[in-house]
Amino acid sequence: MIRLDVPFTEEKIRSLKVGDMVEIHGTIFTGRDSVHKWLYEGNQPPVSLKDGMIYHCGPVLIKEKGKWVVKAAGPTTSIREEPYQATIIEQHQLRAVIGKGGMGEKTRQACQKHGCVYLHAIGGAAQVLAESIKEVENVYEYDRFGSPEAIWQFRVEGFPVVVTMDAHGNSLHKEVEAASAVKVKELFEQITAAKQ
Amino acid sequence: MNSAQQKKFLEAFIEIIRKTSCELPKDVTDLLKKGLGDEESGSNAKYALEIVDKNITLAKQKSQPICQDTGSILVYVHYPMRLDAEGLAKVIRKAVVTATKKGYLRQNSVDSITGKNSGTNVGPGSPALHLEPWKKDYLDVRVILKGGGCENMGVQYSLPDSRIGAGRDIAGIKKCILDAVHNAQGKGCGPGILGVAIGGDRGSSYMESKVQLLRKMTDKNPDPVLAEIEESCTEAANQLGIGPMGFGGKTTLMGIKAGALNRLPASYFVSVSYMCWAFRRQGAVLSGKGDIKKWLY
Ligand code: SF4
Repeated sequence: MIRLDVPFTEEKIRSLKVGDMVEIHGTIFTGRDSVHKWLYEGNQPPVSLKDGMIYHCGPVLIKEKGKWVVKAAGPTTSIREEPYQATIIEQHQLRAVIGKGGMGEKTRQACQKHGCVYLHAIGGAAQVLAESIKEVENVYEYDRFGSPEAIWQFRVEGFPVVVTMDAHGNSLHKEVEAASAVKVKELFEQITAAKQ
Repeated sequence: MNSAQQKKFLEAFIEIIRKTSCELPKDVTDLLKKGLGDEESGSNAKYALEIVDKNITLAKQKSQPICQDTGSILVYVHYPMRLDAEGLAKVIRKAVVTATKKGYLRQNSVDSITGKNSGTNVGPGSPALHLEPWKKDYLDVRVILKGGGCENMGVQYSLPDSRIGAGRDIAGIKKCILDAVHNAQGKGCGPGILGVAIGGDRGSSYMESKVQLLRKMTDKNPDPVLAEIEESCTEAANQLGIGPMGFGGKTTLMGIKAGALNRLPASYFVSVSYMCWAFRRQGAVLSGKGDIKKWLY
């Protein structure tokens, strides 16, 4: 298990490799579809994202006694942000993107070029992830985007992820897809052969 | 239905929805535990399944949704003929609204044209109610919550399919199933479970693929041909090495449930519904008065 503390340095991020299991400590920002489109269109974020990370998440929060409480905060599918992510990594010097399902070629290249990683959270693990969020530090653009799409600033402790795209051009998603494609072909041949 | 009766049924349906959202059925958790045991220690696959396991325990303890995407609400009810079906449907919708207010369900139902969220999970097509009268004097109620991530991995094949070389035969059906698992990779929050329907029209076929998911994971298909498809394809899918979350590993698929419908001579559909590890399915027997008599899973 590798411990990562925010803010990250490029050196630390470049030392990570695909398959590393990581626990994050520190401040993270959520951002999903609306935020990505908005940043991509050139709007300045209300808070600096430099050396930080963005979490693809539409959390469920409620206000209890005037304080925000996280009820569920699992990852959402990342590939929807593929058209925007590379530009945002470059322009805002992001060091990590957290989500689920992996991302595509453009993001993989941006990670390699600018020193960023893709961290895969465990899809569906809403309660474990909510538990590791110790504090809601702030919320930005709440009125513009509404609750699930706003930029939430969370302080996390021991937030569990796996590096599935590193800063050296490797992608676990690409590897698993390629290996399973070979196996599927083999199985298809076996099925066809069994028929004859 | 008088108001006292309505209240009883309302409470029962809210409880069934709560349990579905917060507690996985034992047949599913048993398979997840098996997967956890099969994966190598120190692997990404084991790490993922450990977190899944912790999440299931936590959700049950806290009576909170297992996953924040509480999904499409699929409700299957058999009810005594003397009960008023319209009244029953009304009560179920009301239970959905209340369960949403209580936080067991996320506000998850969006008008497809305007993009507006109904905020209550009630609207055209939601919840998806399947009500059928029967001659017995009790109700059989089953609920599935099916998330969007895995629903997006569902696929329907029309055989013959030249892309994967699938003809209108058992071999062709098997290729469809394996192709669907390969396409999904980890994107449906695997390890998954497949509901498969062979035949029917496009609509009834997808519908049947979901009805198959009502079966217990431990049951055996009474049709030997279908049973063989279920077993051999589960085994083959687990050779793909996709693993939990697509991290690589042994546990790619926890099972397949397949059914067959008659088809037109001109059509041959194979419909696959992918269900994520968060397979939220519960059911109960209710008395004609609305008391929960027995849990079904
Ligand atoms: S696919 Fe299932 S586990 Fe994954 S986010 Fe959707 S509902 Fe949750």
